Amino acid sequence: MSARFEYECVDKIVDELGAKPSSIIAILQGVQEEYRYLPPEIFPHLARRLNVSEARIYSVATFYENFSLDPKGEYIIKICDGTACHVRKSIPILNRLREILGLSEDKVTTGDLGFTVETVSCLGACGLAPVLTVNDKVFPAMTPEKAEKLLAELQSKRNTGGAQNA
Amino acid sequence: MLDSRSALRTTREAYAKSFQNEKKKILICAGTGCLSSGSLEIYERLIALMKEKNIACAVELKRETAGDALHPVGIKRSGCHGFCEMGPLILIEPEGYLYTKVKLEDCEEIITKTIAGGDVVERLVYHKEGVSYTRRNEIPFYEKQTRQVLEHCGQIDATSIKEYFAVGGYTAFEKALFDMNADQIIAEISNSNLRGRGGGGFPAGRKWSQVSRQPEGQKYIVCNGDEGDPGAFMDRSVMEGDPHRMIEGMLIAGLACGASEGYVYVRAEYPMAVSRLKSAIAQMREFGLLGKNILGTNFSFDLHINRGAGAFVCGEGSALTASIEGKRGMPRVKPPRTVEQGLFEKPTVLNNVETFANVPLIINRGAAWYKTIGPENSPGTKAFALTGNIENTGLIEVPMGTTLREVIFDVGGGMRGGGQFKAVQIGGPSGGCLTAEHLDLPMDFDSLKKAGAMIGSGGLVVMDDTTCMVEIARFFMNFTQNESCGKCVPCREGTKRMLAILQRIVAGEGREEDIDLLLELADTISETALCGLGKTAAFPVISTIRSFRSEYEAHIRDKKCPAGSCQKLKQIRIEAAKCKGCSKCSKICPVGAISGKIKEPFVIDQAKCIKCGACLTACPFKAIAA
Repeated sequence: MSARFEYECVDKIVDELGAKPSSIIAILQGVQEEYRYLPPEIFPHLARRLNVSEARIYSVATFYENFSLDPKGEYIIKICDGTACHVRKSIPILNRLREILGLSEDKVTTGDLGFTVETVSCLGACGLAPVLTVNDKVFPAMTPEKAEKLLAELQSKRNTGGAQNA
Repeated sequence: MLDSRSALRTTREAYAKSFQNEKKKILICAGTGCLSSGSLEIYERLIALMKEKNIACAVELKRETAGDALHPVGIKRSGCHGFCEMGPLILIEPEGYLYTKVKLEDCEEIITKTIAGGDVVERLVYHKEGVSYTRRNEIPFYEKQTRQVLEHCGQIDATSIKEYFAVGGYTAFEKALFDMNADQIIAEISNSNLRGRGGGGFPAGRKWSQVSRQPEGQKYIVCNGDEGDPGAFMDRSVMEGDPHRMIEGMLIAGLACGASEGYVYVRAEYPMAVSRLKSAIAQMREFGLLGKNILGTNFSFDLHINRGAGAFVCGEGSALTASIEGKRGMPRVKPPRTVEQGLFEKPTVLNNVETFANVPLIINRGAAWYKTIGPENSPGTKAFALTGNIENTGLIEVPMGTTLREVIFDVGGGMRGGGQFKAVQIGGPSGGCLTAEHLDLPMDFDSLKKAGAMIGSGGLVVMDDTTCMVEIARFFMNFTQNESCGKCVPCREGTKRMLAILQRIVAGEGREEDIDLLLELADTISETALCGLGKTAAFPVISTIRSFRSEYEAHIRDKKCPAGSCQKLKQIRIEAAKCKGCSKCSKICPVGAISGKIKEPFVIDQAKCIKCGACLTACPFKAIAA
C-alpha cells in the first residue's frame, strides 16, 4: 500500500514549512487539510524527512484533538458544545443529526465517507448560539429542525455530484 | 517601504487625510458572527449597487495626493461591532447610523436613501420597547460601554494596514522606538499597573522587566491567542478586528525586552483570525515594519504565526511554548519560569492578546492617564463576551470594577425572555459562579478572587432559573476531564472521579456522602495538580456547591432537579382533569409505561417510564407535563 502512496504532496508541504522538528504540527495540519485525515503512510516518511523518530510524530498526532488517524467524511459537521451553545440547547441538535445519519459517539463518520459529525468546544461565535459548522462555514442559531433541513440540502448536493464547499 | 521616522509620519498623514476625505463610510461587520449571517454578500452587493448608480466608492484607502477633489464613499469590512445578536450590522459614518439584521434586499434602500440621500432607513435601526435608536451611540448596549481596546473594531477596515495608519496606527511604536529607551518603556508599563488579561492578572511590567534582565541574547515575545474558554471570544475579536494593534503591542514588548522574534499562537478554531493576522504581517513586511533594521534603526523584529491543533491545555504557558516547538502540548514543572526559560528554553515574554492590545494605549497616552480608568489595583478596561440567557449577547468593553448588575442589566439588557437571573459563570472552566448576592460586586481581579471566582479571560455566561447548577458543574468537569493532558495523576484521575460522581448525581443516583467526597477531591486536586488547568479544574464544582448546595441535596436526597432541567430526574405526569382517555399516549409509549381505561384518565408508571417525552408531543389535549 505504501508503495502506491504519492509522497509528492507531503514533500511539498514539508519543503514549504521547513524540515525541522518545530514544524511537525504545521506539517500535520497541512497533510490533514489535503487528505482530511493523517494517512498511516506519512509517519515513517516524515520521520525520515525531519530526522526524528516515528514515535515523536505519532505522539504529536495523537495528542491534539484536531488530528484524525481515521478518514473523515466529505462534509465535516461540528456542533458547538461550548457553554453558551450548551445552555441554549445544542445537544438535541447533535442527537438529531446522529439519529438521521446512524452515527454515535463512537462512530462519527458514515460508512460512505459522506459525513462526519462531531462536537467542538466553543467556536467563539457564542453570540449566535447554538451554532454548528460545515467544513468551517458557520451556521448560526440552529435548531434540530434547521439542522435536519441543512443536512438534507447537503445530502442532495452530494448526490448531484458533490461539492467541497457547503 | 518605510525607512525612517519621517517616512512613517508622511505615510500616516497621507492615509489619515484620505480617510477624512471620504464623504461617508459604510462599515460592514466582518466578524465571524456577522459573516455567518451573510455580511460578505451584503458588502459585495453594496459595491455593485454604487457602481451601478455611479457613486464614487473607495474599496481601498488610497494615498492622498495634492489637489484630489474626489470625496468617495468608503466601504469597509470592519471588525466585530460587538452587537452580534443583531447581525449583520452596518454602521454609516459620519452620521453614526447603525443598521441591524440587514438583508440583501435592504441594500438598494440603504444606497438610495442613506448614501445618496442622507436619510436614515427607519425600519433597519435598532428598536426596543417602542423606542427606535437611530444612532449607534444612543443604543443602551453601546452607551454604557467604554471602548478603548476595541475602539477600532467596527470603525476601520480590519484587513487594511492603511486604515490603521489613518487612525494613528504605530504612533506608540514610533514613540517607543525613537523617544524612549527600554527602561523607560518598562517603567511606563509597570507604572500603568497593566495586569495580564488572560486570567491570572500578573503585572505585565514585572514580566517584561524580568525578561529584559536575563543575560541570554536570544529572547522571544509570544502572544497567547489560544482563547479556549468556552463562552469567550474577546481575543478572537481583537485578532480579527484590529490585528495591528495587538502586533504593535508585541513590537513594543520586543523593543523593551531586547527580543527580535515573536510568535502568535492562535486557536485552530479561529481560521478567520489566522488569515487576518497573516495578511496583517504581510502588509507590515511590505511597509518595512517587520524585518531587519525597522525604520532605519538597529531594531529588527520578525513574527510567526502558529496554529493550535485543538488542545485547551495549550493556553497554559509552558504547554503553549512546547506546542510551538512542535511537541505534545504538556505543561512542565516550574521553575524555571517562562521568563527565564520559555520558548526554546530562552527567556520569553508571554502575554495574552488583550494585554498586548492595551500597550499602544499606555505608551501613547501615558501611565497616569491609564490609571484614571478603573480601580487603582486593576486599572484599564476589560472586554467581556456576554452570552447565555441574556437579551444582548455580544462583545463588550467596560472599565474594570464595573458591577455585574451594570453589565447584565444595563449593557446586556437584562434576562432573555423575562427569565429570572440565577447565576453568571465567569472565567470558564477555571472560574466560578456568581449569584444574585454578587450583583453589586465590582469586577476586577482582586474583588472577584475574594468572592471565589476569577475574571479569567472574560467569558460571562448568564444563566436563568431553568439552568441546573449541578448540570453546569458536570458540564465544566466533563470539559476539563476531556482536556486534561494526562501528565499528572491528580488531574488525570481526579477529574475523572469527580466527573463520575457528578454524572451519577444528575442521573438521580447520587449518594449522601457525594458532596463531601467532591469537596475532598477538589481540595486534593487543587493542591497537587501540576498546572493551572488542574489547579482550577474543581472551581466550578466548589463554587456551585457553595452557592447552590440545596440543589445538589435535592438531586441526591429527593431525586429532583429544582430547575427541571435534568432529563433523568424529570417526572412526567398526566393531569387527570385534562385527560380525555384517548389512549394515544399509551400507544406511543415505547416501554408500555402508560395504562388506563378508554375515556378515563390514564396513568404513567414512574418505575417503567424512561422520560423519553414521546407522550408529551402525542397528547392532543396537552394533559401531559414534565
